Amino acid sequence: MKRLMLRMLICVGFVGLLLSSGCSNPSLSVVDPSGEVGRTQLGLIYLSTGIMTFVTVVVAAIYIYVVIRFRERPGDTHIPKQVEGSTTLEILWTVIPILLLIILAIPTVTTTFKLEKRPAPSEKAVQINITGYQYWWKFIYPQDGISTANEVHIPVGKPIEFVMQSHDVIHAFWVPSLGGKRDLEPGRVNRLTLKADKPGTYDGKCTELCGASHALMNFRVIAHQPAEYEKWVRSMKKPASKPTSVLASEGKRLVGQNCIGCHAIRNAGYKILGATGPELTAFSERTRIAGVLDNNPQNLRVWLKNPQNVKPGSRMPSFGHLKKKQVDALVKYLESLKGRPQ
Amino acid sequence: MTTIVILLVFALFLGGIMSGGYTSRYVKRMEETSIWGWITTVDHKRIGILYLISGGFFFAVGGLEALLIRIQLMFPNAKFLVGDAYNQMLSMHGTTMIFLVAMPLLFALMNAAVPLQIGARDVAFPFLNALGFWMYFAGALLLNLSWIFGGAPDAGWTSYASLALPEYSPGPGVNYYVLGLQISGIGTLLSGINFLVTIINMRAPGMSYLRLPMFTWSVFVTSALILFAFPPLTAGLFMMMFDRLFGSNFFSVINGGNVVVWEHIFWIFGHPEVYIIVLPAFGVFSDVLSNFSKKRLFGYHSMVFALVLIGFLGFMVWLHHMFTVGLGDVANTVFAITTMAISVPTGIKVFNWLFTMWGGRLRFTTAMLYASGFIVTFVMGGVTGIMLAVPPADFQFHDSYFVVAHFHYVILGGTIFGILAGVYYWWPKMFGYLLNEKLGKWNFWTFFLGMHLTFFPQHFLGLFGMPRRVFTWQPGYNLEMGNFLSTIGAFLMTIGVIFFIINVLVTITKGKAAGNDPWDGRSLEWTIPSPPPEYNFAQLPLVRGLDPWWLEKMEGNDQMTPAEPLGPIHMPNDSHLPFVMSLGLFVSGFGFVFQSSQVGAIGLIVVIATLFIRSFQEDHGHHIEPQPSEKGVEI
Repeated sequence: MKRLMLRMLICVGFVGLLLSSGCSNPSLSVVDPSGEVGRTQLGLIYLSTGIMTFVTVVVAAIYIYVVIRFRERPGDTHIPKQVEGSTTLEILWTVIPILLLIILAIPTVTTTFKLEKRPAPSEKAVQINITGYQYWWKFIYPQDGISTANEVHIPVGKPIEFVMQSHDVIHAFWVPSLGGKRDLEPGRVNRLTLKADKPGTYDGKCTELCGASHALMNFRVIAHQPAEYEKWVRSMKKPASKPTSVLASEGKRLVGQNCIGCHAIRNAGYKILGATGPELTAFSERTRIAGVLDNNPQNLRVWLKNPQNVKPGSRMPSFGHLKKKQVDALVKYLESLKGRPQ
Repeated sequence: MTTIVILLVFALFLGGIMSGGYTSRYVKRMEETSIWGWITTVDHKRIGILYLISGGFFFAVGGLEALLIRIQLMFPNAKFLVGDAYNQMLSMHGTTMIFLVAMPLLFALMNAAVPLQIGARDVAFPFLNALGFWMYFAGALLLNLSWIFGGAPDAGWTSYASLALPEYSPGPGVNYYVLGLQISGIGTLLSGINFLVTIINMRAPGMSYLRLPMFTWSVFVTSALILFAFPPLTAGLFMMMFDRLFGSNFFSVINGGNVVVWEHIFWIFGHPEVYIIVLPAFGVFSDVLSNFSKKRLFGYHSMVFALVLIGFLGFMVWLHHMFTVGLGDVANTVFAITTMAISVPTGIKVFNWLFTMWGGRLRFTTAMLYASGFIVTFVMGGVTGIMLAVPPADFQFHDSYFVVAHFHYVILGGTIFGILAGVYYWWPKMFGYLLNEKLGKWNFWTFFLGMHLTFFPQHFLGLFGMPRRVFTWQPGYNLEMGNFLSTIGAFLMTIGVIFFIINVLVTITKGKAAGNDPWDGRSLEWTIPSPPPEYNFAQLPLVRGLDPWWLEKMEGNDQMTPAEPLGPIHMPNDSHLPFVMSLGLFVSGFGFVFQSSQVGAIGLIVVIATLFIRSFQEDHGHHIEPQPSEKGVEI
């Protein structure tokens, strides 16, 4: 009895501790959604949690009563009545769960169908094509002819239709604050429609084991007011990629020698646009390098020196063999790349 | 190098023959050692012990892997175990715990209890039983050799294509997974068939289907599930093996394959597998709860019905592992409904357990503690399962730590608690000594609290955006507290396991003798000595109802009514062929892992040769004759 009380006390204290550890971070949270899809899903999560908590509490209540009430007392040797069962009770605990499940199943079915609907043409959805690579994300805006990597910009209030597939292994696209996930498979196209309510930065994760750096296959969704978004699109259509200093010109030459085979920088005058690595157009406007490090010249040096240290298994080779001056030039040029404000 | 090895082996042979080591006397001496006895045994009780020892060993290995995983995840951006090394750890943890721990430990309990519970002298196919064990063990050993030779599999226990294809997982890692599971999987299939036939054919007179103890019923349903679920796994592994070793293209998209097909095949096996490992645990709990409540099982008939229904529905829910694959609203809805439906029979079972305890006289031995600890824990895992069955909600939960929390609640709270309850319950029957109850209580409370401390916070980690199978996480997202508590819990569970090991050691050195019936039992295994003689029952008992031994005790009888006169008992002969055959498969598997078809072929030749020998061997078994003694005639 004492032990039981102790156990319950521990349980209560434990839940309290968890709750007091604070709420989630709204940029990466299922329980603090910033989009219609996420809110709908959270509604179902709360409904099912409610029903299921009720079930658990009923079971726990009967259980605690039974364990305390029918515990063997010292000296007790009576033989309990050998009860065979009870048809009434059996029917009761078959029918009640079925009723509870029906309560849960109806909104489940309607929501499942609702969320799979593609946006109507009148809604003027923004289409963004995603390709997953080990371990980065390529985003292409077919309506505007622009593209980016690891960070995707969207307008607030409009449905965004993500059309996704994978280049190599199965990945999954998850932005908890906006809504549930969808797999990216090689050889198969999937669609997912999300919508953001308010401007902000939302973190995204790959959720299907995809290799050594699965844990670091991060991306960001940056939501703007529609006017801001249009401005960003225009700036990306004609990015400022020409070097503006002698050092940066040297850097551009080095990028041409070392990087451009895999990475693309538009509007810089390169004859080729690499496609197997993340696009670097407007690189200085990215918030992170490779989805892991904060974007600043110091971290860019760290990344170039030994990418395997930052992101194990990444296809990016090390550029530790470059001289310090060369790295300086390279970093200078890359950190000068931005969109052209109109 | 190869030449040197061959010459060395020949030299050893020659030396052995020259020194007279290969005389028949030497062979005879070897046959008298106890190790030889264990290798050749076909006795279900000894095979049960073999399963228990090897399953226990791999439990320690898999637990250590889990501990290392939790140490890496204790703090953000830790560098203890990153990238591929972590992926190997998580893949081997999952594979080990499902295939090399849960399955064999359940087979240990099945072997120890089922023939005794139905009043049989052995299983239907004793040879097959030994073969099943040795094949499981060969596969398990092969899988774990990967740590030493070439690196462990790193594509998760689900081994999804195309990550598991050679292009993205070069090296032998996934080959070990494919071949190790193939070999041990065939062993499991053989054992499943064996128990199915045993329960159908070997029941004692009067033991009708509706008088079977609940554990035997659960083994019956489980064996049927094994029969239908393992062939898809075998087929899938063959395809994966051909893709990896011989350049076929079942799953290679670039050559016209399809990656989703593997997911379907895997989960068509994988979901029933979940029930394969949890139903026997349900059976253990039913027996233990009824025994220590001193009451017959409440609603026996509906319990049987629920068991069969769960087994049946278990085959039509696999798509709920694939809601995010994008198979469309209709498919997702249908499988959501079937998944929800499965909770109805499970609910029936939970309430029947509660009402078995209701009005009883509850004696909280360690086995009973595990059984009653299971009820609430399993309900918590079960309800999150229903939450996962809601496809739109699952889009958020899927592959996050919420799922990790869910299935650990179910597998630990169900299967592992069940195994531990069963081990405490049947240990005296298996070994003749009682496990220490005081240490048992320490074992239970640390393990139980550690389990909740580890996995309860993980629900929140998932909701706060932590995906599963990640080797690290970033600070600033409120994942700190949950991950820290979770690791502390893992240490607490480790302490629990250490208590169990101490308990076993203490019992071996100074255990209390158990006697025939230490728990005032209800079923037939408690009518015979502990440990039982080789032939189990000198005379097959006559069964007059459910809980036959309880029935006799309540009528004042101190033994079962025999159903046959005392006479010679027909027993199977020991055989070394299962061991040799599994050794052949092991060698063959090891060869194919490294794409050496020569070594592979040598192993297969051994297998075929032993198959041939077995097919044309006349093996009628032997008889144990009753001996006259002062009390009349005895065996």
